[in-house]
Amino acid sequence: MGSGTSTQHHFAFQNAEKAFKAAVLIQRWYRRYMARLEMRRHCTWSIFQSIEYAGQQDQVKLHNFFSYLVDHFTPNNHNERDFLNRMFTEERSPQDSEMENCRDYESIEVPDSYTGPRLSFPLLPDHATALVEAFRVKQRLHARYVLNLLYEARKHLVQLPNINRVSTCYSEEITVCGDLHGQLDDLIFIFYKNGLPSPERAYVFNGDFVDRGKDSVEILMVLFAFMLVYPKEFHLNRGNHEDHMVNLRYGFTKEVMHKYKTHGKKILKLLQDVFCWLPLATLVDEKVLILHGGVSDMTDLEFLAKLDRHKIVSTMRCKTRKEHKKQAEEKGKANQTSSAGTPSPWFLPQSHSLPTSPLRPSTQKAHRAGRSSSVPCGVPLDPKELSHRVRHSVDLELERCRQQAGFPVIKEKEEPLPSASEADPEAEGRREPTQEEWRQVVDILWSDPMAQEGCKANTIRGGGCYFGPNVTERLLQKYNLQFLIRSHECKPEGYEFCHSRKVLTIFSASNYYEVGSNRGAYVKLGPALTPHIVQFQANKATHTLTMRQRISRVGESALRALREKLFAHSSDLLVEFKKHDKDKTGLITLSDWAAAVESVLHLGLPWRMLRPQLVSSLTDNKLEYKSWLKNLAKEQFSHENIQSSLLEALYRNRSNLETIFRIIDSDHSGFISLDEFRQTWKLFSSHMNIDVTDDCICDLARSIDFNKDGHIDINEFLEAFRLVEQSCSKGYASDC
Amino acid sequence: MADDRDREGTEIAVAEFHKKIKEAFEVFDHESNNTVDVREIGTIIRSLGCCPSEGELHDLIAEVEEEEPTGYIRFEKFLPVMTEVLLERRYRPIPEDILHRAFEVLDPAKRGFLSKEELIKYMTEVGERFSQEEMEEMLSAAIDPESNSIHYKDYITMMVVDEN
Repeated sequence: MGSGTSTQHHFAFQNAEKAFKAAVLIQRWYRRYMARLEMRRHCTWSIFQSIEYAGQQDQVKLHNFFSYLVDHFTPNNHNERDFLNRMFTEERSPQDSEMENCRDYESIEVPDSYTGPRLSFPLLPDHATALVEAFRVKQRLHARYVLNLLYEARKHLVQLPNINRVSTCYSEEITVCGDLHGQLDDLIFIFYKNGLPSPERAYVFNGDFVDRGKDSVEILMVLFAFMLVYPKEFHLNRGNHEDHMVNLRYGFTKEVMHKYKTHGKKILKLLQDVFCWLPLATLVDEKVLILHGGVSDMTDLEFLAKLDRHKIVSTMRCKTRKEHKKQAEEKGKANQTSSAGTPSPWFLPQSHSLPTSPLRPSTQKAHRAGRSSSVPCGVPLDPKELSHRVRHSVDLELERCRQQAGFPVIKEKEEPLPSASEADPEAEGRREPTQEEWRQVVDILWSDPMAQEGCKANTIRGGGCYFGPNVTERLLQKYNLQFLIRSHECKPEGYEFCHSRKVLTIFSASNYYEVGSNRGAYVKLGPALTPHIVQFQANKATHTLTMRQRISRVGESALRALREKLFAHSSDLLVEFKKHDKDKTGLITLSDWAAAVESVLHLGLPWRMLRPQLVSSLTDNKLEYKSWLKNLAKEQFSHENIQSSLLEALYRNRSNLETIFRIIDSDHSGFISLDEFRQTWKLFSSHMNIDVTDDCICDLARSIDFNKDGHIDINEFLEAFRLVEQSCSKGYASDC
Repeated sequence: MADDRDREGTEIAVAEFHKKIKEAFEVFDHESNNTVDVREIGTIIRSLGCCPSEGELHDLIAEVEEEEPTGYIRFEKFLPVMTEVLLERRYRPIPEDILHRAFEVLDPAKRGFLSKEELIKYMTEVGERFSQEEMEEMLSAAIDPESNSIHYKDYITMMVVDEN
């Protein structure tokens, strides 16, 4: 008996031990698998973020391009002059008297066949709710109602102060939402989950309602509708994307013109004004400050409260003549090309919080003597002379453009220059913000918090600053505040606390980069204003995916974007690779590959971690770089007849090109003439140092399908080279 | 001669390891101050190719922690320890067949599968137990909803393919 049990025990013990070991083994293996997934998730996130922010740096490149034009380009003939006109002519911001003209929406007929929602004013809560429902089932609001609603919204916004003060006495709860970026599904989900706005349920939407997503128009309509219905409980803050210049680049302009072919331009014009009237911040119970970006060490709430926010049409603006002159004097550099007399074009992003050197190489450009042959003016001259001559003629041109456009020049003398086309006296001139006003607003719309103490220029975004915990602390103390709520940055969990929980980032656009990339969140402020976060992810599909599937899907998307970026820099990469291959073996080590790629792309990504997904075949643990680059190219384009360096250049500059095209297409028709396209490309390529012959450009133009004689459909052009993201073309159907 | 070459080879390997370790570390260095939260160390170590058990991981953390644990691990302490780990090829990953045999230990009848309940029992009650979250995540991918069981051979194959 005794021995029997002990044997049984022995076996049992052995079995238990074996099972234990087996379990440990499986657990160990599984945990490693999950860790690798986690790492991949982080890398994917880095890819998306770095590409997104690198895109924002493109604004700077655009600036350089136009600086270059101003410095170097002499219009040779009438055509070129007109072309420049189109680029440099300011579209006036609508004056108050002109706003009355917008009542002409009343003359817009709504056909009986229209089955969408019909609005009547003053709006009732039911109307707003019905609007949400209508959009949920994909109906579209007629242009007449859009304009009407915008007009009414503007009337309301004009009365609001810059810093909206809100009290929680009346409503029991207040919910703050962050960036929506045209993702209507998220807004609908928030209302579904949290409840529709009501006198007991206050809402604050913290900017960036538009751009990138496909339903920016609908989001605006819903937000403005509720704002009109519950003016005391429903509040909106301006974000950096509530800006017509930014909209040109990031998709909102395109969306409006697609959805409203006939009246789109009118809508955009009215919107431009409405955006400037959005409040800059909201203050809850004098304790919680809600604004879109952040603060700087110079942020002055009293100053912000007093300025005329309507003057800040866009956070991308030009220096006034006076300022330019002052700066030039301050610099006192002999070799400064933009001298006192030259105003920079109106759309140049001029961030005064940027350090002067690395991003403003205009001084170096002046000395590119060897470039005169590629400058389209045909006369080889001594560079200084050339500069001077060019500057002078461009000056004249710009002056003429401005006069023609009725743009009241900031004058040395008193009387304004009469405009040829308008009887409307612009005696006041358009009021320009001062540098300080502009800077204060840019800081609160563009800044990001950082972990380190201090305050430094936000070079990644090209505007605003990075502010540290001490800056936050000082501000909170100065104005006796509890904490700050801001948005502006996408977070994997939809929210993030920092600066010892004194700053809360709230971001409400879920799946922002890709399905499964991140959650959205909103925050409810309860009694004593304690924050309570609610997270969500609006896409049903993500719930059914396992973490593994979600991560791999998002990962694939990120890698695709990254491969495209690599392709766009093929020539530079080749040069770098060759440097590591002194013996001309055609092979480089993976370590060299990583170093080379980072030195060209400057994305700060963990290349060694990403390597297995970017480089598949190796010879002796080394990379055959030429064939690797060839493979990248093969993935990207189908038009083999087009010179590949040209294509590469297109890819690299696509968002700039698109923006430039849209600027040229000032009537938002969606078409530019073939000639304009060729000229744009010529200028752009000479500036970007791309060696392209005229024939090549013609070939390029010919390879695109023209549906009208001599006109290029911008979208067709970009699509032809798969430069437009698929989702945009799917999203819209045309009508009103 | 051979020694010199060996040494050089090791130096190159060490340099390469240093770069790899730095990269992985930086992914989690959110404040850009050369520290990471101690809770992320496991992820970092595992993503560098190692497959330690929880126990081994705790020992490793003890080596790299400050004398008075702050909750953060500094890169200066992490780098030499991790370099040694990589040079010694410690905590090697588990080959497929060994993993398969481990599953078979838990499936003595050699049916080729484990029921959902059995898997839960083993993973959450035996060995270095799973948390609720870990268990749920594993179940979501592993369990065949029709039979409510995990066919471990297929499961292993799928996971391995996934990794590559």
